[in-house]
Amino acid sequence: MTTNGAVEHSFYDQVLEATPNGERLRQCLQCGDCSGICPFGYLMIHPPSRMIAQLRADRFEKVLETDTVWMCVSCYACTAVCPIQIPLTPGLMARTKEELILAGNVPTELQSALENSQRYGNPLGESPRKRADWTTGILPEVKILGKVKQKVDVLWFVGDYPSYHPRVQLITKALTKVLNALGVDFGILGPEESSDGDSQRLAGERGLFEMLAEKNGMAFSKYQFNEIITTDPHAYNAIKNEYPGLDISYPIRHYTEFLADRLDQLKPLLKHEVKARVAFHDPCYLGRANGIFDQPRAILQAIPGLELVEMSHNHKNSLCCGGGGGGMWLDGFQWEKAHVRLSEWRVSEALAAGAEILAVACPYESPRFEDAAKTVQGAGQLKVSDIAELLVEAMGN
Amino acid sequence: MNQDIYVVIEHLRGQVTEISFVMLAGARELAKGLGGNVVAVLLGHNAQGLTGNPSAGSGQYLAADKVLSLDHPALADFTSDAYQKVLAALIAKDQPRAVLFGSTSIGTDLASTLSIKLGLPMVSSCRSFSADGKFVSQLCGGKIMAEGDLPGPTALITMVPGGYKAEQGQSTQSPTVTQVEVPTLETLRVTLAGYIEPESGDVDIAKEPLLVSVGRGIQNKDNIVLAEELAQALGGTVSGSRPVIDQGWLATSRLVGKSGKSVKPKVYLALGISGAPEHVEGITNSDTIIAINTDPAAPIFGVAKYGSEIDLFDLIEVLTGKVKQSKGG
Amino acid sequence: MNIVIVVKLVPDLVEELTIDTSGIALDTAWLRLIINEFDDHAIEQGILLKERGGGSVTVVAPDIEGVDDVLFTAAAKGADRLIKIKGDFAGVNNHALARAFTVVVKELQPDLVLTGVQANNDLDGSVGPLLAGCLEMPYIGYISGVSLGEGKSRVHKEYPGGLIAEMDVTLPAVLGIQAAEQPPRYVAVSKVRQMMKTSTIEERTASGLDMAGGPTVSRMFQTEAGQRATMLTGSPDEVATKLVGIFKELGVL
Repeated sequence: MTTNGAVEHSFYDQVLEATPNGERLRQCLQCGDCSGICPFGYLMIHPPSRMIAQLRADRFEKVLETDTVWMCVSCYACTAVCPIQIPLTPGLMARTKEELILAGNVPTELQSALENSQRYGNPLGESPRKRADWTTGILPEVKILGKVKQKVDVLWFVGDYPSYHPRVQLITKALTKVLNALGVDFGILGPEESSDGDSQRLAGERGLFEMLAEKNGMAFSKYQFNEIITTDPHAYNAIKNEYPGLDISYPIRHYTEFLADRLDQLKPLLKHEVKARVAFHDPCYLGRANGIFDQPRAILQAIPGLELVEMSHNHKNSLCCGGGGGGMWLDGFQWEKAHVRLSEWRVSEALAAGAEILAVACPYESPRFEDAAKTVQGAGQLKVSDIAELLVEAMGN
Repeated sequence: MNQDIYVVIEHLRGQVTEISFVMLAGARELAKGLGGNVVAVLLGHNAQGLTGNPSAGSGQYLAADKVLSLDHPALADFTSDAYQKVLAALIAKDQPRAVLFGSTSIGTDLASTLSIKLGLPMVSSCRSFSADGKFVSQLCGGKIMAEGDLPGPTALITMVPGGYKAEQGQSTQSPTVTQVEVPTLETLRVTLAGYIEPESGDVDIAKEPLLVSVGRGIQNKDNIVLAEELAQALGGTVSGSRPVIDQGWLATSRLVGKSGKSVKPKVYLALGISGAPEHVEGITNSDTIIAINTDPAAPIFGVAKYGSEIDLFDLIEVLTGKVKQSKGG
Repeated sequence: MNIVIVVKLVPDLVEELTIDTSGIALDTAWLRLIINEFDDHAIEQGILLKERGGGSVTVVAPDIEGVDDVLFTAAAKGADRLIKIKGDFAGVNNHALARAFTVVVKELQPDLVLTGVQANNDLDGSVGPLLAGCLEMPYIGYISGVSLGEGKSRVHKEYPGGLIAEMDVTLPAVLGIQAAEQPPRYVAVSKVRQMMKTSTIEERTASGLDMAGGPTVSRMFQTEAGQRATMLTGSPDEVATKLVGIFKELGVL
């Protein structure tokens, strides 16, 4: 067996170990659907189907020599469209990125995010002690489980950007208002919460993901609660689909699922009109990856005065904002290659659909779309709001 | 044993560096309290001209009671081995109360090694001396200050800028110069092979002392020239945040922030920059941040020392005019 | 080429720093200690030299909280030997640390000793030149490039404004690294975890920690915490005048 054969052998093994149905990699038809639907496929020297071709031709080192796999934003479009249902995103793409990281080929921005995640439990490099600082001044006081040591109904897994990023904190505070208005008995981990690790996993750092998951698992086990809800679809995806493989298993829902269940309770609280045409952006890890399309729309349609419009890419073929799978930390790198941002593309779609508000449900999205709206022609008036923020507006708070 | 304060003058390519004057100012403070003299120690070769007409244009002299000149070909340019040997002999013989070194590429090559070699105590990162002769040093990125008595019998001190102004270390009178014999300098372990000038291509903003930085608020490429004029008037350089670079209004080398460079200028003037975390990450080492932004809620005001909500377009040309006036006038 | 790198751990400035009840030292209750950034560059430079010209790299550090992770990470990057020095290093100054390092470094008989040019908590000089003094080796600091030859090394020493001096130094020597020739490489968590299973950290014991040569601190305090900007108001003319005044105060004009 040649040395390349050795790489191929262990590469397959790794994919098989790490991903359910990984063996489907061998059945690829080379139809090219994945490469076609990939939003940055046109910029990759080796888009997904070509990566598989190189793998089969025993020439995988050709893929490892290039850095274009860092254009992948782990949006799941390829995985969703593959006729053989090969787990391309979590299997092939993440594993290839892992090889590059092991070889030391990591774009600088991503390196900092990964190092920060290791050291501080969040990619932003903020002190873990300050993770619950956003709760200061909020009444009723948000229950931080380590302090109150009470059993709660719901453990709200807040997330990195919702905890630390100034723009996203507004969404966190909005969701707090909604939960309180519904009388939900919830608590947060605060400083004991670490990054869910999903984006780090998809960026190729499996070891880091496991380390973060273990920490969260230990924190969960200290407290009593009936279910976990998340602000972030990525955290939802991790805790629902990946944590059980590490023996960390809890009932888990994204906040839109949770609220959709309580629509009857919520509707009477939505007294004020939000008179606007609203386009809902299906987050990759809520929609395409986990099949949740209707619940966010049901919530939006419950808001009086709101007119829901659909962008040309919606539901299963929604366009990624560019933030996932490490994309949030590859912005500079991807910009250099593409000179266009996926978020800008999406903002143009919102305008084309006649939307006045672009509604989101993932923490990466609001900063990305707001930045994009400033540079896309004609998008100056487009508002970007998380569903939680629209609910608060309708509640009149 | 005396109460004199020695200052090791630093010079590079025929110019006395600014820290030398700052040290002389600090030495004067210290000497007043102790009743000693300020003695400038000048190692070099045919370097008498450095005692006066020191830096370009000002024509000022080293503000010292006297200058000790140690002249030797091996001292023409700084090298750690030769300078360390000469200073060791001088300090051991003269036993001054304190010796000040710059906390620089020159001074830090010397002070610590001399501390071990001569068995003398040292203090580093000293910013100033208190009225009662204590050292005041800064630590941890300037977040923490430490104060204490000047150790003895001879304190070796490295100084950082910020506590005194260079003018305070300059004098209109030419000091007396005394030649001091230099010990034999052979078998030197460090030799200078040459200098490499910085590329005169594009500027390295990470090394610039003053940056006029523009964000989205500058609105278009044509307005960049306004920032350039202000930067030129202030003796600085233009840099920018992500959107400005993305639009191609400034070169990538001018990008400040997470995906660009971390800068540490004395003054960072942010025009029309909101101060998103990704940008702020690159400017936290600036000494003073001044922000101009019409949005009172712009996060930049949380990290800036001074700010104004005035429209940058109303301000910029007026400011450039006033800066030019104050320099030319 | 036998390369030894000495590193220390310093307060992480991301965390809030407070003074303890004694009034002369940092409160260690919430202090996070991380590798000195410049020592991280020294490790990178050492590994680069080994990759280019062969030889061995030994990393030496004092035994304080977090040191094992630092050493295993260095091993994952390519360091051959890891040594930690046991002793009571709490509150110890650089003179004492340099003396502790001296004993171990002498035993290793290196051709080259690398360390960071400075650290954020230095109050009595930096470890590099102190160590050079103890070892009686030549020292050059602010290094941003190193190449090795027979019995000597050519280095790039940084001066302000981008000026660089090329200097030659006889070996053995101590170099104070400002920046490695490339930024410290990333090491995957899985690799570090692997090192924890396969590498060993050797131990030495410091026979005593002699702090002579450092100053005595009588008071430690925090500089003013960051507050909201002082806002300047008025007409463009008034604001511009105020700004010119500020520029003058800051020494810019």
